[in-house]
Amino acid sequence: MDWSALRLSLALAVITAVVMLPVAVWVGRALAWGRFRGKAAVEALVALPLVLPPTVLGYYLLVAFAPSSPLGQFYQSLVGTTLAFSFEGLVVASLIANVPFAIQPVQRGFEAIPSEVREAAWLSGMSSWRALWNIELPLAWPALLTALVLTFAHTLGEFGVVLMVGGNIPDETRTVAIAIYDRVQAFDDRAAGIMAATLLALSFASISVVYWVDRAARRRRG
Amino acid sequence: MASAGLSVRLEQVHPIPLAAAFDVAPGELLALVGPSGSGKTTILRAIAGLVHPARGEVACGSEEWLNTARGVRVTPQARHVGMVFQHYALFPHLTAVGNVEAALLDAPPAARRARARELLAMVHLGGLEDRVPRQLSGGQQQRVALARALAREPKVLLLDEPFSAVDQVTRRRLQRELAVLRQRLAVPIVLVTHDLEEAGYLADRMVVLSRGETLQDGPPFEVMAKPRTVQVARLVDFPNLLRGEVIAHEPGRDRTLLKWLDYTLEAPLAGSVTPGSRVAWGILPAHCILHRRDRPSRGERENPVSGVIGEYLPFGENAAVTLWIDGRQDAELRLSVPTHVAHRNGLAEGVAIRVSLLTEGIHFMPDAPERLTGGGPAR
Repeated sequence: MDWSALRLSLALAVITAVVMLPVAVWVGRALAWGRFRGKAAVEALVALPLVLPPTVLGYYLLVAFAPSSPLGQFYQSLVGTTLAFSFEGLVVASLIANVPFAIQPVQRGFEAIPSEVREAAWLSGMSSWRALWNIELPLAWPALLTALVLTFAHTLGEFGVVLMVGGNIPDETRTVAIAIYDRVQAFDDRAAGIMAATLLALSFASISVVYWVDRAARRRRG
Repeated sequence: MASAGLSVRLEQVHPIPLAAAFDVAPGELLALVGPSGSGKTTILRAIAGLVHPARGEVACGSEEWLNTARGVRVTPQARHVGMVFQHYALFPHLTAVGNVEAALLDAPPAARRARARELLAMVHLGGLEDRVPRQLSGGQQQRVALARALAREPKVLLLDEPFSAVDQVTRRRLQRELAVLRQRLAVPIVLVTHDLEEAGYLADRMVVLSRGETLQDGPPFEVMAKPRTVQVARLVDFPNLLRGEVIAHEPGRDRTLLKWLDYTLEAPLAGSVTPGSRVAWGILPAHCILHRRDRPSRGERENPVSGVIGEYLPFGENAAVTLWIDGRQDAELRLSVPTHVAHRNGLAEGVAIRVSLLTEGIHFMPDAPERLTGGGPAR
């Protein structure tokens, strides 16, 4: 068992999920209720990572991270290192790869709240911010939890983007998914089997939480 | 709390046409009535600040809430309106008392619970404070919504078809409760409804709307008995909408002579109608008096007409009678006769009767003749 890879995977998954959540609330809410020009295009862009081969996404990120690109130059001038083949680069790639997994459930969650309920909150004197805290989030929390868990589980299992952007550097970019591949290449079936079983168990447990919460929320609403 | 009247002027073409103008005095209950899509709810939402019409002014006392010409647009939060939504829009995760408290966030936390309980008691929900909306019946949910709307000490109370989602028995009870409660409220109340009976029962004044336009404004029974135009008559389901010809005016007797079918009727003086012109007119069933068949009496000289009963429908205390004047199926007159009177006179389909059309009940309405179809003989 490659403990360093597991630690790295968990760290990446937790950071991605936690950073994505507020973004998902902001964008998901805007997509649920906002009426603006180009909304369909934004929605399509949000869904894009679902259908794009991870290697394609990884390739473009690698191009964007390169020291010759504006983003790569900017990052290098700021931090002194490159984003490509670093943990920070993995985080950025992982955030982008998880956009649909985080935003879509949250958008559906907000859409399920009747607009009259929000209006009733305003007429009760609540500011938009207060209505979000007191009314909308308590009603949309199962969706938020779903987004959090899906993002976490999807990050644990991500392979293509990680390999493209991060490579296979121990303690820096070698996640469990990469480590499994690495062990299989080295004919170390036992280590690969243990890590595969670990990922399977973690993923199954996370996805089970989503379904369990969904059922519980449905029952509560009657 | 200082009370002040509400003044509403709204105009727009898109997305929903509006040409509405009305005022509501403190303590007055105004009903906005009209068919679906007539803009009733949009007007209510514009008063609340939830939608913004292209042009308009909304003011409550000295406070200006909307003035598009001067760029004034006060937020819904700052308007202090209480609104009961058609489907109540309760906060589903909060208890009844929590829903009311949610509208008391300006009050000190310690005082909120007590005030919320007091309001729930006022709407007869004492003992159900800790139930969440899904554990409450439709009528109970409506009461929570009303208590929540009153919690803000609103400057205007808006009711959007508040009785439409409950059964008939509950509706009657809630209507009666509102009629009692409103005596204690010193703010303008606007009720949106498509139920004319409800408007007549609850409202001091009613505004008839069609396509966002306010067509007539007055006490409900006056609007329903004397619609100003044929369009309003149709909207308030005026039963006998007919056409005739003005023959002459007799100012000395305060009468106008109206030719209808083969009859010459005496109507109240309507000097504005030129003799010889076609005119729309109407009469309520209550003003069509049945002649006793066994014993003719005095008063039967007042505009007598005769016909054959084409349709006889006893509805509880009153029977709805459709009379074919002179046996003509294209010349209908609808009357309402107490069922016991109908029995005594042996009314049934095919029976010939005579009725008097009370002069004071005849009401003229201006209209373009081509717009008048159905509802009466168009001869």
